[in-house]
Amino acid sequence: MAVKMTKKSLTTDMTAMCDVAFLLLTFFILTATSKIPEALPVDMPSSTVQSKLPETDLATLTIGKGKVFFDLKGKEVRIETLEKMAEKYGLQFTDEDKKEFSLMEGFGVDIASLKSIIEMEHADRAKVNQPGVPKDSLNNQLADWVRISRQANIDVNDKDLEIAIKGDAKEEYPAIRKVMDILQDQGINSFSLVTGLRGKDF
Amino acid sequence: MAELNTGDGGGKDKKVRSKKQNSKVDLTAMVDLAFLLITFFMLTTTLSKPKAMELGLPDKEDPNEKNQDIKVDENRTMTILLGDNNKLVRYVGLLATPVAGGAPKEFTYGKQGIRKELLDRKASVLAYSTAKGKPKNGMIVIIKPSKKSNYRNLIDILDEMGIVEVPTYAIVNEFSPEETKLLEGK
Repeated sequence: MAVKMTKKSLTTDMTAMCDVAFLLLTFFILTATSKIPEALPVDMPSSTVQSKLPETDLATLTIGKGKVFFDLKGKEVRIETLEKMAEKYGLQFTDEDKKEFSLMEGFGVDIASLKSIIEMEHADRAKVNQPGVPKDSLNNQLADWVRISRQANIDVNDKDLEIAIKGDAKEEYPAIRKVMDILQDQGINSFSLVTGLRGKDF
Repeated sequence: MAELNTGDGGGKDKKVRSKKQNSKVDLTAMVDLAFLLITFFMLTTTLSKPKAMELGLPDKEDPNEKNQDIKVDENRTMTILLGDNNKLVRYVGLLATPVAGGAPKEFTYGKQGIRKELLDRKASVLAYSTAKGKPKNGMIVIIKPSKKSNYRNLIDILDEMGIVEVPTYAIVNEFSPEETKLLEGK
C-alpha cells in the first residue's frame, strides 16, 4: 500500500499575524509620548543607576553652558507657580499667557522678559538665545522659582516637589555647586541627578 | 461583445482571458515591516527614559556655630581628588602620613582604574575593622571635586560609589593647599 504524503501548502496564512502586529504597533505608537524639544539641550552623563525619574511632581533644573533653565511638570502647578511669581514681582499675565505657559517647555529668562517668550511661537523659542534664569545673590530668581513651585505643588497636589538637576557632562563643577547651594539654602538636601544609562562594564 | 482582439486577425478566434490571480496576498513583507516598527517603538519608549541618581547632602552648617569636628579613624578614609582633564588622584589616610600603600596616586575612571582600588581598599578596611571588633565600620570615601573638574567626573565617581557599595561617602568642597598642589603638580 503506498503511503501518500498529504501535500501541505507552502504558504502560511499570515493574516492573523499581521493583525496582531499592527495592533501592537498602533498601541506603541499611541503610548509613545512625543518628546518635547528642550529649550537647552544638554548632553547628560551616563551612570549605572536604574531608578527612573518621576513623571510628576518634579522640577528640573537644566544646567549647561553656565546657564540654568527651569522646568516644571504639571499644568496646574505651573499656572499656580506663575501666578505667585507674578504677584511677587508685580507683573501681569493674562489667562492666555498662563495657559500657554502651562504647556510650554522649560525656560531660561528673567521673569520680566518671560512674557515675550510665552508669546513666541513654539518653534521660535528654541532659536532665541535665552540667557538663563538669573541666580546671582542680588537677583536670585532661581531660588524664588524653586521655593514658589514647591509651595504650589503642595497646594495643588498635596505632595512634596522633587528636584532634579540635569547637568551637561562638560559643565564645570562650580556651576553645579552653585545650583546645589541654592537648593541647600532652602533646606533641600536630597535631590536627583539626571543621567543616561550605561552598563557596568565601562 | 466586448471582446478584445489581439490583433493578428487571422486564424482562430482567441478569447483573451484575464489571468486568474491568486486571491492570497503575500503578507510576509508587511509583517516584517510591522514587527520592525514594533521593536523600534518598544525600545524607544522604554529605553530613552532618563534615570535619576539620588543624592543626599548633609545639612549646611551655619558658619557662625561650627560643629565640632568628628574624629574618624584615618585608616578607614580614602580621599579622592577630581582634577581637570579627567584626572583623579586618591590617597588613603592623611595626606602627610598616608597609610601603607595609600600614598597619593593617579587613577583612571572605570573598571580597570579606581574601581579595583576601591574594592581592594574596601576589603582591607573591613578586615581592619573586624580585627578591631567593629565590623560595621566600613570605608569612608571623601570626594573632593576641584573647580576644574566637570559634572561627568562627579557623576562617574558617585556611580562608582554605588557600584562598589561604599557605605559612607561625602562630597567635600574644601581644598587644602597641599591637595591643590597635588592636583596641579603631577
